[in-house]
Amino acid sequence: MTDNYSNRCKGFICGLWSVLRRPSVKYSLGTLLVVGFVSGIIFWGGFNTAMEMTNNEEFCISCHEMNDNVFQEYKNTIHYSNRTGVRATCPDCHVPKEWVHKVVRKIQATNELYHKVMGTIDTREKFLAHRLELARHVWKAMKNTDSRECRNCHNYEYMDFAEQGRRAVSQHSKGLEEGKTCIDCHKGIAHELPDMREVDPTAVIGTN
Amino acid sequence: MIKKLSMILVLLGTVGLAQAEGVRSLRGHIDLQDESRAPEPKQFAKDGEPIARDYVQQPPLIPHKIKGYRIDRNSNKCLSCHSWKHYREAGATKISQTHFEDRNKNVLANVSARRYFCTQCHVPQAGARPLVENTFKPVQAIAGE
Ligand code: HEC
Ligand code: HEC
Ligand code: HEC
Ligand code: HEC
Ligand code: HEC
Ligand code: HEC
Repeated sequence: MTDNYSNRCKGFICGLWSVLRRPSVKYSLGTLLVVGFVSGIIFWGGFNTAMEMTNNEEFCISCHEMNDNVFQEYKNTIHYSNRTGVRATCPDCHVPKEWVHKVVRKIQATNELYHKVMGTIDTREKFLAHRLELARHVWKAMKNTDSRECRNCHNYEYMDFAEQGRRAVSQHSKGLEEGKTCIDCHKGIAHELPDMREVDPTAVIGTN
Repeated sequence: MIKKLSMILVLLGTVGLAQAEGVRSLRGHIDLQDESRAPEPKQFAKDGEPIARDYVQQPPLIPHKIKGYRIDRNSNKCLSCHSWKHYREAGATKISQTHFEDRNKNVLANVSARRYFCTQCHVPQAGARPLVENTFKPVQAIAGE
């Protein structure tokens, strides 16, 4: 069987294939395990390195779509500059910390590559026209996860109500018990809002 | 001609007088060619109870922080708490009827354009001393004294 096969096929690939098919005689099981383990680490490490490289602000704003619009606006907000100098960067709010969720988000993000190529939001005008739709995606995601990314930094359990403002205290104790989540009340915390007339007409000029 | 000349003389005289007395800016005296120093930024007061009004027609002072509250064409952060739809849930005072009138006194369904930019009339408070001593007192009808 094996002989027949190698007789028919002589190229490099086939040679390699036949070696792979042959049960190992030369190498001990131990060696094989070690080699497998090491290359696993290299592959795994490479994968995670790639994930980390694409998980920082510089990467996000390397696309002008992200840099010219949302990034510029975010620079005027409390998550960019504040009293204590602790910053929240793009992935802190938009990419989950847990590995599985992170991979899922990274796969979803390939959609952004597609729209980058298609030029869906490559001008300010196009971006504004799409903004409500994009914001809605983010709101929905945050609603579904009970604002998981906010809670990575802001833990309700450790909020000192004695230190919070009057409005914050009453809304937090009431709202969170009613099952509301951070994004229900804190829209527009890091960027300017899209045209809100469909979302909340009472808060927009010129609506009836 | 004489009239014009005398007008100019009077004007010059007034300017001269003013200079002689020394006009003093409330911000302190800085020579024109020198760079003025920016005053210390004031800390806005923390959230508190509504502040008593001094007369009925006064735009009430804002008793809470408003840093980062955007008001633009797309949305008005203040109204997300003070509109008739949201005030109950937010525990806020609702905007009054006058905010729904345009300048011809037409009554509108939603907040009028001349009342959209809230911070034109409503201001938050910082512990700043009055620049000029004054004897301003709230009207009796409100203060009750
Ligand atoms: C290759 C260029 C590019 C890079 C790099 C990039 N983005 Fe985007 N992003 C886009 C484009 C284009 C869209 C619009 C997608 C659409 O139209 O659906 C977008 C949309 C978004 C949205 C809207 C979400 C949605 O579901 O519609 C968010 C949030 C976002 N990006 C965050 C990020 C973050 C965080 C990073 C860094 C980890 C990042 N982006 C890196 C091009 C990019
Ligand atoms: C990387 C950590 C981090 C993440 C993630 C994060 N925040 Fe923050 N947040 C901060 C810091 C730091 C401050 C500023 C604290 C200070 O100096 O007062 C802040 C301040 C705030 C404030 C106070 C604003 C003010 O004007 O006083 C709100 C509201 C807030 N965050 C909401 C959110 C929401 C909603 C999310 C999720 C969309 C979120 N944060 C995600 C770190 C974070
Ligand atoms: C029911 C509405 C509501 C919900 C839900 C809510 N907040 Fe708030 N939050 C407020 C209000 C109102 C304030 C005070 C006004 C402001 O800062 O704009 C506030 C203030 C804050 C502040 C600043 C506190 C201070 O005293 O300066 C932080 C930080 C914050 N919220 C984080 C969160 C986080 C994180 C969540 C989710 C766990 C959350 N909030 C959920 C209404 C809410
Ligand atoms: C404090 C959390 C936070 C940070 C930091 C943050 N975002 Fe966002 N982002 C949000 C929220 C919340 C929304 C949903 C829309 C809204 O409420 O403003 C959003 C919406 C977006 C959108 C959709 C378009 C829009 O304006 O609604 C894009 C694109 C985006 N973010 C990219 C970024 C990029 C790029 C960075 C880094 C420069 C960043 N975000 C930093 C919380 C954050
Ligand atoms: C997060 C909700 C919220 C937002 C946003 C908000 N307010 Fe308020 N405001 C309140 C609450 C609640 C009170 C009542 C104070 C209290 O009882 O604690 C109040 C009180 C006031 C008062 C005093 C009313 C009175 O009867 O004396 C004024 C004026 C006011 N706000 C104006 C503004 C303006 C202007 C803005 C926007 C720049 C704004 N508010 C944004 C919640 C809000
Ligand atoms: C042109 C000036 C002006 C503008 C702009 C304006 N207000 Fe007023 N506001 C007033 C005056 C004057 C009063 C007190 C008399 C009255 O009720 O008309 C008042 C009263 C109020 C009250 C107390 C109402 C009551 O029943 O006691 C609230 C709350 C308020 N304004 C909120 C707002 C908000 C929110 C905005 C922005 C959407 C706003 N105002 C814009 C002038 C203004």
